[in-house]
Amino acid sequence: MAPTELATTGRRKRGIDTRRQTIWIWAFLTPTIVLYGLYTLYPIVASYWYSLVEWNGFSSSQRFVGISNYQAVLADPAFWSSVRITLVFMLLVAPARILLSLLLAMLLNSPKLPLRNLFRTVYFLPVVTTTAIVGVVMQFVFDPASGPFTAFLKALGADTGIDFLGDSGTALVTAAAVYVWKFFGITMVYWLAALQTVPTELYEAARIDGAGAFHIFRYVTLPLLVPFLLIITVLTVEDTFHAFDLMQTMTGGGPFFSTEIIEIYIYRWAFSASIPQLGFASAAAVLFGLFVMVVGALQAWALVVARRSRKDLS
Amino acid sequence: MTTLTRPARPTAPPGEGLGRRIARRAPWWGVLLLLAVLALVWVYPFVWMVSASLKSSLEVFTAGLTLVPEDFAWENYSRAWTDANFGRYMVNTVILTVSTVVIVVVRCALAGYVLGRYRFRGQKLIIGVLVATLFVPTGYTIIPIVKLSMELGLLNSLTGMVLALSGAANVSAILIYAGYFRQLPKELEEAATVDGAGFGRVFFQIMLPLSMPVTATVALLTFLATWNAFFLPLVFSFSDPDLRTLSVGMQAFVGENATDWSGMAAAGVISILPIVALFLFLQRYFVEGIAGAVKS
Repeated sequence: MAPTELATTGRRKRGIDTRRQTIWIWAFLTPTIVLYGLYTLYPIVASYWYSLVEWNGFSSSQRFVGISNYQAVLADPAFWSSVRITLVFMLLVAPARILLSLLLAMLLNSPKLPLRNLFRTVYFLPVVTTTAIVGVVMQFVFDPASGPFTAFLKALGADTGIDFLGDSGTALVTAAAVYVWKFFGITMVYWLAALQTVPTELYEAARIDGAGAFHIFRYVTLPLLVPFLLIITVLTVEDTFHAFDLMQTMTGGGPFFSTEIIEIYIYRWAFSASIPQLGFASAAAVLFGLFVMVVGALQAWALVVARRSRKDLS
Repeated sequence: MTTLTRPARPTAPPGEGLGRRIARRAPWWGVLLLLAVLALVWVYPFVWMVSASLKSSLEVFTAGLTLVPEDFAWENYSRAWTDANFGRYMVNTVILTVSTVVIVVVRCALAGYVLGRYRFRGQKLIIGVLVATLFVPTGYTIIPIVKLSMELGLLNSLTGMVLALSGAANVSAILIYAGYFRQLPKELEEAATVDGAGFGRVFFQIMLPLSMPVTATVALLTFLATWNAFFLPLVFSFSDPDLRTLSVGMQAFVGENATDWSGMAAAGVISILPIVALFLFLQRYFVEGIAGAVKS
């Protein structure tokens, strides 16, 4: 093949290629556009429509009622209670997961610690187990009559069993503790990844300068971990909004609605009421979506502000 | 922690007494003990579940903290597997999980490849929409998903569940793929194009094989999420118990047989064992995959 011939075919080919390339690109995106469009984007939009209708079951017809579903949801004390419970749950779970797992990750990051890989495996184990099954098992672990937790307390000298999950005063805290236990390992792995980015020379330099363990943490480790702290906080906080599996199987929102997070509130009105109120539940779902978005936006804003102030410093 | 003020010394210096050596190491032994106690607490619920699954129903109630059963009641497992239908639920869960993983990996690899490696009109919009919906909770989208599946005639089928699960999850998978493909050197496809390979061949013969580490991560994380999924399979199997997955079946089992603790524990072991075994074999990938979310 003569060199000129090669050049022309190459040029012609490139012309076809851009058009062809566009077709290929959209062909590659099609599965995602179809599946994600149908099962995530469309539902987000459709929720808004459903929240404006009266609708008593998936087969029955819908009647447009404007914003009256929203008025009804906002006037329902149980909805506000579920918002409060979701927030309290977040405030119980997120700091415990973030701070305790940092402590543990720092210990497990030390190369001097024996068996550290075994410990990492053990602490990560609950993460991979099925949440819905853990929820059921916990009902029995905390059973006041003969569950192992009660037996343990009795062995320590307590005279009667406390119904940790069956008492509305203790159920939420107990559920939060189980949730911390269940997902602790993820946060710990995040922290271990973050700690790996701290250059070891910095530690050595600090030690040679005579810094103690606390000073090294305060002036070397902590400043380098701040950006990770923000990301890990975002991920962990968002995570606490997905507690449906555990709550539904462990307490079902009870006793007396004391663990009814928003997702269970929605589920109750949409799927477990004798007469489903799907329009009403959709209005609650839209409000929940907005709530999650507002929390997410606040955190994103905090990330941006933190990044900017770091740039100003350097 | 006086050791930290000195340069690290791997062995005891000559002349250091045994007593001083023990004193120097005491904090570490304390830490180790603390970690060990915590580790026991961490695995206790699972150990208890395995132990309860081998006890008779009566013994579960009376044994207290004793973990070793008097007689090994293996019939709990056959009761859970056949009578409580957990064999069926296992098959459902495996079908659901494997199909979802395949679909998610394929669609996320394809989308991640073009989003990460090409520039085209509408690209920013797609990425923007994906990022904006990164954290959408299932509780928000579940009602329209059920309605849509009903209209498509897919509500009471595993196919419906597979499509809903593979369409609802994994924005992060697309972003991980996009990030990975973006940083591969440009020469790769230039060389292949000179050799006459088209768009499809470049992807399937060069890019996809190169992305094996990402694929392993995405596949494992999707596997984990699907195997453990609860909300969607619960709602999809309301009217057909034969479609239950392990996690939904477990809840139904407790609702119907609240007194059968040992059967419940056996069912729990059956449900959790495969995912724990998989984790122990492939834990490096599990951990790296999750850690990657923070590093990137």
